[in-house]
Amino acid sequence: MKRVQFEHSAIPYLFIAPQIIIISIFFLWPSAQAIYQSFLLEDAFGLSSQFVWFKNYSDTILNASWLQAAGFTLVFSSLVTFLSLALALLLAVKANEVIHGASTYKTMLMWAYAIAPPVAGLMGNLMFNPIIGDLYSFMNVIGFDFDHKLDPVDASFVVILISVWKQISINFIFFLAGLQGIPKSVQEAAKMDCNSSTRRFWTITFPLLAPTTFFLVVINITYAFFETFGIIDTTTQGAPGGSTATLVYKVYQDGFRGADIGGSSAQSVVLMIMVLALTVVQFRYIERKVHY
Amino acid sequence: MDRTPISTHIILIIGALFMTLPVWVAFATSTHAPETILREGLQFWPGPHLVETYNEVLFVEGGVMKQVTATTMLQNSMILGIGFAIGKVIISMLAAYAIVYFRFRLGVPLFWVIFMTLLLPLEVRIIPSYEVVANMGLLDTQTGLILPLIASATGTFFFRQFFRSVPDELLEAARLDGATAWGFFKDILVPLSRTMIAAILIIMFVVGWNQYLWPLIMTTKEENYTLVIGIKQIYQVLNEGGELPQFQKAFALTILATLPPVLVVLIFQRWFVKGLVESEK
Repeated sequence: MKRVQFEHSAIPYLFIAPQIIIISIFFLWPSAQAIYQSFLLEDAFGLSSQFVWFKNYSDTILNASWLQAAGFTLVFSSLVTFLSLALALLLAVKANEVIHGASTYKTMLMWAYAIAPPVAGLMGNLMFNPIIGDLYSFMNVIGFDFDHKLDPVDASFVVILISVWKQISINFIFFLAGLQGIPKSVQEAAKMDCNSSTRRFWTITFPLLAPTTFFLVVINITYAFFETFGIIDTTTQGAPGGSTATLVYKVYQDGFRGADIGGSSAQSVVLMIMVLALTVVQFRYIERKVHY
Repeated sequence: MDRTPISTHIILIIGALFMTLPVWVAFATSTHAPETILREGLQFWPGPHLVETYNEVLFVEGGVMKQVTATTMLQNSMILGIGFAIGKVIISMLAAYAIVYFRFRLGVPLFWVIFMTLLLPLEVRIIPSYEVVANMGLLDTQTGLILPLIASATGTFFFRQFFRSVPDELLEAARLDGATAWGFFKDILVPLSRTMIAAILIIMFVVGWNQYLWPLIMTTKEENYTLVIGIKQIYQVLNEGGELPQFQKAFALTILATLPPVLVVLIFQRWFVKGLVESEK
């Protein structure tokens, strides 16, 4: 907060009103509805509904398909987060070393940020198209019996590859900014103390990047949870057999395709709780970060 | 260290190829005839049909798209991207100003309400949001498309961070000169935030342009499709029997959907990175 502020009056309310009104109508109200509907059982036409307490939760959360989606989400988010962070870090460290052509590399590595996840998904869809897709033929030529329409592992591979590809750019931007934020004097002192560049990286540079890395971990998990919706919808649509459906995708499938409003709402609420938990963890960490 | 080891360049070149090659191949393939693509697969060099393909996709209705051309979809995407960016910047700036520069009774609780919106993306409350917009009669309208999307406070936090870094002396001086709350905002804070506003407009344009789930469920008429939504349709028809699969058109639409946000990011690279990195942390 500012030391100097305006006297309180009606004016601040006028400034904050547009945001609050939009949030109330399009955020608070629907969120409350989601919670309310998660306790209701509606008939297929939405004509009558009945309050059923936690039945929706026990029906949707404890069944095999939700657990499968939860399992996939876990594996998927860990792999996407780890791979895209690792590759981006490698590229950022290398780009930071380069003196000539640095801006060309930077541009080429960061522009994919602007591509929409579903568009990346559609591009991947064509690359893996059985008729024309070179990647599809390539996978089969090198000996995988590859068919992402039938094999859950192959389908997961496609979704993960595209999700990682799409996420490298943004991680790269943040890592590079983090690296460039390390003072020259620190780098030079480190160079005097330690000859091995690998050790220098792990003992000095990487710890200094820790806040950036943590921030990115949270961003990437959120990405893997929510934004990959577009990638999944344009490549596998959760197939085969729901093996590549994340929790968010399942909310959409059950709600819009399956017209199971109560069950879908219950899943939404569970997701909300998961995201809130994630945020609590993040805050704990940020508090610790202050002591550095 | 004057010379960079060759291995560094090799890694960077592989990385750059990995990131750019798919888009290049998509472009190159879009310039070939459907027969060529079907016979030979993806193409790595541009072919002779660039003008023909893009002309057809942009201006000819019918074919796979039936009622809508890419020009219309481009327009819709533009409206969504620009409307989203401008709307977001305006309401975010106003709210951030109230939060940073005023002490008022509901200030703290309202701040927490705004903060909460950061945690829960539209995806988790998608069905009730759809119902609210449907009840207001806003399905298939620009308003219904944009308003629910700007009901999150990312922008407010960008500006809050920025306003807090503005020196206090400015306000003191302005108050000595008798500036009103609105006057200070309009005459001092807004001009001071110019680069920040530009950076956020760019980021939000890209975010708005790239929206998928919300436009997917709330636009039903083809003439309201954005490019990101519209291209999904052509893919669905791709594998249907009868006609020759129009892969080149699918690729052309993919390129069209990619081009505007990529251009914006490339042209305004410096601002974009500045906005992204300085404010998100």
